[in-house]
Amino acid sequence: MASTEIVHAHAAPQGFIRKYIFSLDHKVIGLQYYFLALIAVFVGMALSLLMRIHMVWPTANLPIFGHIQPETYLMFLTMHGTIMVFFVLTTAPQSGFGNYFLPIQIGAPDMAFPTLNMLSFWTTFVAFVVLLAAFFVGAPIHGWTGYAPLSAVPSAGPGEGLGADLWITSIAIFCAASLMGALNFITTVLDLRAKGMSMMRMPLTCWAWFITAILGLLAFGVLLAAGILLLMDRNLGTSFFVPGGLVFTGQTAVPPGGFSPSTTPIKHSGGSPLLWQHLFWFFGHPEVYIAILPGMGVASQLLSTFSRKPIFGYKAMVYAMLAIGLLGFVVWGHHMFMSGMSPYSAFAFSIMTMAIGVPSAIKTFNWLGTIQHGRVRFTAPMLFAIGFVSLFVSGGLSGPFLAQPVLDIPLHDTAFVVGHFHLIMGVAAIFGIFAGTYYWFPKMFGRMMNEKLARVHFFFTLVGTYAIFMPMHYLGMAGQTRRYSQFTEVGFLTRLIPLNKFLTYAAIVTISAQLIFLFNFFWSMAKGKKAADNPWEATTLEWTTATPPPHDNFGGRTPVVNHGPYEYSVPGASRDYVMQTDPATAATPAH
Amino acid sequence: MATLSPTLSVKYPQTRGGGGAGAPPISGGGDGDGRTGGNSPDHGQRLRRARLGLAVGITPVIMLFVSFTSAYIVRQGLPTLDVRTNTYVHDWMPVNLPWVLLLVNTVILLVSSLTMELARRQITRQAALAPVQSIPGVSLGEERSLPWLGVTVVLGLGFLVGQWMAWGALESRGFYLATSASSSFVYLLTGMHAIHLAGGILALSYAAITSLLRKPVEARRIVVDITAWYWHFMALLWIYIFALLEIAR
Repeated sequence: MASTEIVHAHAAPQGFIRKYIFSLDHKVIGLQYYFLALIAVFVGMALSLLMRIHMVWPTANLPIFGHIQPETYLMFLTMHGTIMVFFVLTTAPQSGFGNYFLPIQIGAPDMAFPTLNMLSFWTTFVAFVVLLAAFFVGAPIHGWTGYAPLSAVPSAGPGEGLGADLWITSIAIFCAASLMGALNFITTVLDLRAKGMSMMRMPLTCWAWFITAILGLLAFGVLLAAGILLLMDRNLGTSFFVPGGLVFTGQTAVPPGGFSPSTTPIKHSGGSPLLWQHLFWFFGHPEVYIAILPGMGVASQLLSTFSRKPIFGYKAMVYAMLAIGLLGFVVWGHHMFMSGMSPYSAFAFSIMTMAIGVPSAIKTFNWLGTIQHGRVRFTAPMLFAIGFVSLFVSGGLSGPFLAQPVLDIPLHDTAFVVGHFHLIMGVAAIFGIFAGTYYWFPKMFGRMMNEKLARVHFFFTLVGTYAIFMPMHYLGMAGQTRRYSQFTEVGFLTRLIPLNKFLTYAAIVTISAQLIFLFNFFWSMAKGKKAADNPWEATTLEWTTATPPPHDNFGGRTPVVNHGPYEYSVPGASRDYVMQTDPATAATPAH
Repeated sequence: MATLSPTLSVKYPQTRGGGGAGAPPISGGGDGDGRTGGNSPDHGQRLRRARLGLAVGITPVIMLFVSFTSAYIVRQGLPTLDVRTNTYVHDWMPVNLPWVLLLVNTVILLVSSLTMELARRQITRQAALAPVQSIPGVSLGEERSLPWLGVTVVLGLGFLVGQWMAWGALESRGFYLATSASSSFVYLLTGMHAIHLAGGILALSYAAITSLLRKPVEARRIVVDITAWYWHFMALLWIYIFALLEIAR
């Protein structure tokens, strides 16, 4: 299986374009993904800020945007969701860190197919540009889930014309890019592991990237199928998703985009809007795990490293991730309890969904078991890893509530769901990204990030995100609907306005605090303290090589692995950690 | 000048029975013949990796068609609202497929799968003998065989033309893309298959062009080899689609 004798497929390039733009080096491509996600996350965050401001001051006249119309609010909603889910949560933890560190951690000189890797990044880039183009023609209003028939009929609403076409095209391109990436990840793990790097000696980050790639491989093909059907419905007159007899009328606000109200019935007949939901959520639920699994991998890695203890239950962690991935494919119906599905199907989906609580709990308790009695080093990456566990628990606990149809039906269209998925899928995954950034920054850029600024950033982000998303559960239970652009005029919701204002203030503070991270990131890149090759005293292969790693990762050497990834505080060893490449001795038995 | 007759025994990778196997062998099958390249173990490794990549890469294609199939089956049994009577009715309209023409197309595709396999074996042999041929003064004599790669490309194009004619026949029977849900699915499934097959033709044309550019035969062999497996997969996929459209009308 191992292929250490293989020579590096390509020599180090010289020109600027080959080196930094159309690079075949997985490290450069990983950084390209990371910076793409960094741009995307600030666009997405700006949109969320505008939405929060509009919710509590709906009549405010904002500097550039003026008075935000209801349809503009829905455009922000759509673009915020799409950008965050696809171009941040899927891109940074998997494609970004995965590209950079998966080959190094398994001892490979590069990905299995470097050219495909480059193609995959640039396809993602094109998808991002196409999505942003939708801003300029009027973005769609159908949300990131794109429910038909709103998304399937160009005359259904403002932004549903060219804007929605661009949106779907962008999603389809993104699917193709993700499939190329997943293919590369899986082949690399199966075929390029160094000598001695058995599957069960891989760091849990690699397991997470591997399982995520499998999920992506199976899920994105289905989203692509749905996107093709939707494009055909919109442009070729088919009726996969559009039922007959629809009339779109009663639009009063006409934006500059030129939406004209129509009262003539559409020509389609016989389609099923639910078919879109089934296809979309068959992709959509695994997508949640595509976003969170890499974060789980990073958290496992960091908690073990900074507790100076082996990970508690390595095999259980691997099997739990596999179980989460597997179960993720049979629970899509829990997003559709509102669709009038048979109570029997709903019951089956409900049971399967709650079953995910078991592997999730295994992971959580193992993380806690890892920290317990450890000599914990509270560095910035460790703080974010602990924050990840905290957010995973808080966000995950509301999952079993929503998994039950009787509770989901009243809660489904409320802020409760917004709070739930933002905590677990959004912020927890973001904490995974932050943890990874602070942890690997010294390896990527050769300098340490400023620890004091990192702690300030951690404090504001943890408290801030809890302040934003925890009260949303209460808002939801009190009846605040989601997706509505304005509720200040609704009688029974007026008493919630003070709390909503608090949420908006919290959002402003938390988003401002991200500027600390941005400053720290770029300042440390130029002026940070020089990093040693292994500043965290960690064991995995990326810390055995130079900083930053040479073009072929190990400078001509081919690493040989003798140890598991988490051998900390091994009795009888000279240091409190045993690197994976350290020679096997009697005192430090191999796994 | 010495002439060496090609008596070297060449290990072919096992093709699983029944002509046109599904997935390429992930390991084992590719191991032996990769090393017959002698002094270039690199190519054997790359071939194995490319085959693994292909096996992984056809998974999303399968998922794509699984999605279409499930949509097809669900839509078929789904009652839909009739606007005129305001009742739910079954509006599925079986499509009258030009099945003679489609049968001819199937035969063309199966024959192309066969010629593809011949092309694959031909280039495997050439790649195995390349190190011997590179010895100065050694000639293996001219290999007399048909350009199977070109034949496969022509047959593949023939299949696409045949599908085009089948779409024409459907239109002459009044089944357009948007006529009914059933006809939409017929065009969708055959069209998506045609697009994927066209991708295979592009890959084959690339391999044919590189043979003119004097690329090393081992590198060309990898392209031909994985395209061959992909091509067999396309033939199987077509049989599946044809059967689905005929059986679950």
